[in-house]
Amino acid sequence: MSKEEYRVMKAQVTVPYELAVGPTWSYFYDCLKEEKIMGKKCKLCARVFVPPRTFCPRCFEDMEEWIEVSQEGVIETWVLVNMPFFAQELKIPFISAQIRLDGSDTGFIHQIAGFDMSDFDKVQQLVKLGGRVRAVWSKEKRGHVLDIAYFELVK
Amino acid sequence: MARTVAIIGTGQTRHGRRQDMCYPDLVREAVTAALEDAGITMNDIDGVVTGTMPSMMEGISSTHFYFAEAVGSVGKPVLKVETCGTTGQSIGHCGIYWVASGMADIVLVVGSEKMSEGDGQATMTKVFDPFFQQTFAAGAPGVFTMQSVEWMYRFGIPEEKAREAAAIVSVSNHDNALDNPHAHIRIKVTAEDVKNAKVITYPVRLLDVCPASDGACAVIVASGEKAKKICKKPAWIKGMGFRGEEYFYGESNKAIWMSATEAAKEAYRQAGIKNPLEELDVAEIYNPFTYQEMIFYECFGFCPRGKAPDYVLKGTFLKNGRLPCDPSGGVLCANPIGATGLIRLAEAALQVTGKAGTRQVPGAKLALSHAMGGIDQFNSVTIVGSKL
Repeated sequence: MSKEEYRVMKAQVTVPYELAVGPTWSYFYDCLKEEKIMGKKCKLCARVFVPPRTFCPRCFEDMEEWIEVSQEGVIETWVLVNMPFFAQELKIPFISAQIRLDGSDTGFIHQIAGFDMSDFDKVQQLVKLGGRVRAVWSKEKRGHVLDIAYFELVK
Repeated sequence: MARTVAIIGTGQTRHGRRQDMCYPDLVREAVTAALEDAGITMNDIDGVVTGTMPSMMEGISSTHFYFAEAVGSVGKPVLKVETCGTTGQSIGHCGIYWVASGMADIVLVVGSEKMSEGDGQATMTKVFDPFFQQTFAAGAPGVFTMQSVEWMYRFGIPEEKAREAAAIVSVSNHDNALDNPHAHIRIKVTAEDVKNAKVITYPVRLLDVCPASDGACAVIVASGEKAKKICKKPAWIKGMGFRGEEYFYGESNKAIWMSATEAAKEAYRQAGIKNPLEELDVAEIYNPFTYQEMIFYECFGFCPRGKAPDYVLKGTFLKNGRLPCDPSGGVLCANPIGATGLIRLAEAALQVTGKAGTRQVPGAKLALSHAMGGIDQFNSVTIVGSKL
């Protein structure tokens, strides 16, 4: 028997999970329903985090102050995804982007959409680092990051 | 360090698609090679440290149970350490800590992965935060591309120049892998091949990206006292640095990359290295992506920020350059993830002990090894030398 003939056994693991969201992120999702994007501000380093954090990752202090940030921001980096990955929620092609919303100090990961993405050269003409984008809301809100449907380019 | 520690033996599998054997047997292949290299038996081992990627990679929970026999841990204390891509370095550190503490004299460290059996990119996607970021994830290529694009923009690096330099990194890694019998990908590629390869996530193309490999690596660490008795040419541990940063991508600056920069600084401080480009003889960098390799050159102080492409274009990091990087062919030509960081350490040890065969950098005395883990979140650096 050659080694190409050794057996391979098929296997699959499928497990459901329930992940506790907690008070900070529950409130964030509640505000998305009202089409508001909320951040939290650290009283020590004064940075505003979106998504909010219950405590500052560097100062290790509880964060109490909620701040509504702008629905517009700057593209810090982006990538056009045109390859399917297992269990991917979004249909390809899509653009993942890091967006710094005005009034916040962290990059927010979301998608940029609202135009044809079939030709990468054309996409590259439209999507620029440092370019501005604005939130477009989903009609149906389900307490999910996709309650913001996507960010559109601001001309 | 409490006690001096040295590497007295290393072993690696032939990395690649290894459906010719089950996972534990593959692990044993590396363990047997390391024992042989050190000239000792399993009876000499006081404890075992193992590590892999998350269990999701293999679909078997806590793989250290699965290959307990293969790593010889029956009747011995065993630890598992898991830090995603940094696992290989973390288990190395753990073994070194164990010996340095005086609680063990000789420890066997084993890292492994059998990536052909599962879905590596699905596993990577599940490393992302589930509440906000996973929705937009595209395995490792998505995020590493975002980082590369941010780096080029921040330092005003023209895309053409970065492209040229990335192609040189790929060609040099592939050339080096031809000298390494353990490497997974052993093909000759040209800069044109790299620049015209299929786009994975623009500007990253197929030959800018590592393969998914099956493989294992074992490293045996011993106290200085034991090492001097057992081993003619031990590789001495000179310095170790490990740093993490925030879980949420976007909260820290990945063009500057604090964890990579500070991990190297700490290792240099311990090793007494002031000018890494001059003092190091060779480096084994964790480079699953060509562009990332260049960011690491900057984080490790091999060149000023934003200047890595210029140095690459000058040939600084080629096998015959000022600081040869990845003479093994690097991660770009073999990436069994849980083993990969340990392979970097093993290769560094082989270099400073003159045992690297056809991939030997002549006269290498001081070597850097490195690994990166998670969503650009952890970095680890270990320096080894031919002298204590």
